[in-house]
Amino acid sequence: MMESLYIAWKYLLFYRWRSATLMAAITLIAVLPLALQLLLNESERQLLSRAASTPLMLGAKGSSLDLVLNSLYFDDEVPELISMQADEAVIDTGLAAPIPIYARFQARGFPIVGTTLDYFDFRKLQVAQGRPMAMLGESVIGSAVAQQLGLAPGDSLLSSPETLFDLAGVYPLKMKVVGVLAPSHSADDQAVFVDIKSAWVVQGLLHGHQDVTQIQDPSLVMGRSDGNVVATAKLVQFTEITAANVDTFHLHGDPSIYPLTALIVLPHDAKSAALLRGRYLESPSYQIVRPEEVVDGLLQNIFRIKRVLDGVILIVASATVLVILLVFALSLRLRQREINTIFKLGCSRLTISRLIGAEIGMIVIVSSLLCTVVLTVVDAQSAEIVRRMIL
Amino acid sequence: MIDIQALEFKYDIGGFHLAIPELFIAPGERLAVIGPSGSGKTTLLNLIAGIIQPLAGRVQVGDVEVTGLSDAARRDFRVSTIGFVFQDFELLEYLNVMDNILHPYRISTALKLTPQVRGRARELAAQMGISDKLGRSARDLSQGEKQRAAICRALLPDPDLILADEATGNLDPLNKGHILDLLFESVAAHNATLLAVTHDHELLPRFDRVVDFADFRRETAV
Repeated sequence: MMESLYIAWKYLLFYRWRSATLMAAITLIAVLPLALQLLLNESERQLLSRAASTPLMLGAKGSSLDLVLNSLYFDDEVPELISMQADEAVIDTGLAAPIPIYARFQARGFPIVGTTLDYFDFRKLQVAQGRPMAMLGESVIGSAVAQQLGLAPGDSLLSSPETLFDLAGVYPLKMKVVGVLAPSHSADDQAVFVDIKSAWVVQGLLHGHQDVTQIQDPSLVMGRSDGNVVATAKLVQFTEITAANVDTFHLHGDPSIYPLTALIVLPHDAKSAALLRGRYLESPSYQIVRPEEVVDGLLQNIFRIKRVLDGVILIVASATVLVILLVFALSLRLRQREINTIFKLGCSRLTISRLIGAEIGMIVIVSSLLCTVVLTVVDAQSAEIVRRMIL
Repeated sequence: MIDIQALEFKYDIGGFHLAIPELFIAPGERLAVIGPSGSGKTTLLNLIAGIIQPLAGRVQVGDVEVTGLSDAARRDFRVSTIGFVFQDFELLEYLNVMDNILHPYRISTALKLTPQVRGRARELAAQMGISDKLGRSARDLSQGEKQRAAICRALLPDPDLILADEATGNLDPLNKGHILDLLFESVAAHNATLLAVTHDHELLPRFDRVVDFADFRRETAV
């Protein structure tokens, strides 16, 4: 058998490109459905585990899927906004504790999540380096953000404008990184957490500038009237919040109308959850959903698509197998002269079959090894791949 | 060495019919077989080697009656007793020269590949003047070098009988004479018998005896 393997090895080595093509084709048809299954299993695990650990989600009427995907996985698709009034309303019911989420803006490609420190307790997030945010403008970043942007406590991070040509928009806010979270293998690793008020600063709703009552430069003042000063565009607005200027940051208007994307609602018990859901059942402005149910619906759709995809892969795999068989058959025909020669020399039909079998076996074994390596890598990286490509 | 009696063979298709009433080849004899294409020269080699079985008659090589052997026994007999030299050399291009020479040992359990066999292969290659080509792919050799490698392969199991089918047919005149010299020397050195099919009448005087298959056909027609 060793001799057959030796001859087969020499043959495959001599026709290395043909052998490599065959191995790649076999590896591919084996890897595709298996890797897809691994990724689907992982996405199911990630989607469900995060959704299942979030009892209720409150947001504006509209797409429950956008609401859940944005609030759980910080998806780009921003749902209709609600206001802080909703937060107060939930507290007033006495049935649950709300955690506000404002996930609308980005910083260097990562979502900025405005929330409160309750979010860290709720998700059991640990600050691995530094400390939690304590002052306006401070941020705590996920482990993946820190790794990919090379940031550590003490560094700064600029918010990105919502649109490229937002000429009338606000200046980017320079956020100080005060903490880095320990990896949680969830969407939190990819987020930049700031206090909810800092998120409003990013939007420009809350801002800081020179004290207009004290300025002497007349070019900064357009007009003064009873207690009101109208400043010109020349007035310096702060793009970084420091201990020196933090007191100048202020809100205009009623804070209860300031925006949120969602509220994570933590009912005190099952009865409270049921009552709360009942109260919002007929609400014209709000919806309250169980994220697990929404994600379940999404997964059903994914699995339906997967079944179609499985069918397509089966057809492609069958075609590939037929082509591979054809290649083997043609190869045997091309080698008929060689087979006749070794038969004349004294080789048995069984040995000839063993030689061919050794070649096919080696191709299949190498393909299987490649397949195992690829699947091991996919499996090891599945959490990351799913976070980056699916969620 | 070879004793053929009342041998008859025919192919199912084409109406080919070969009949050899008697043919005797003495041990160590160098016999050339000539005749027109399709007269059955190669068929004779195949019958002697036990690759095909006759309809009737007997083929004896040395002490072995080839026609009485089983399929497996004929294969073992062939690989250990007969050395084949082909017109197109039939070297495997995916193997290097050394592996080509050793190939019969790798495709049959009747031969055992030992360090001694490898040593003998190197000696044969040296005798044939291709010892510096052992690591090369067979396709990188010249025609003459290919045939030398093929002769090494045929001689390695130390066979009693060499069957050469147009062994010089694809060689230039200079190489023809040289390869034939090497073949004769090797056959003599190994005390083997040589049965060579050829179309080259210039080479015939160098053989001990010539059998013309045209005569055979005439004889068989009678």
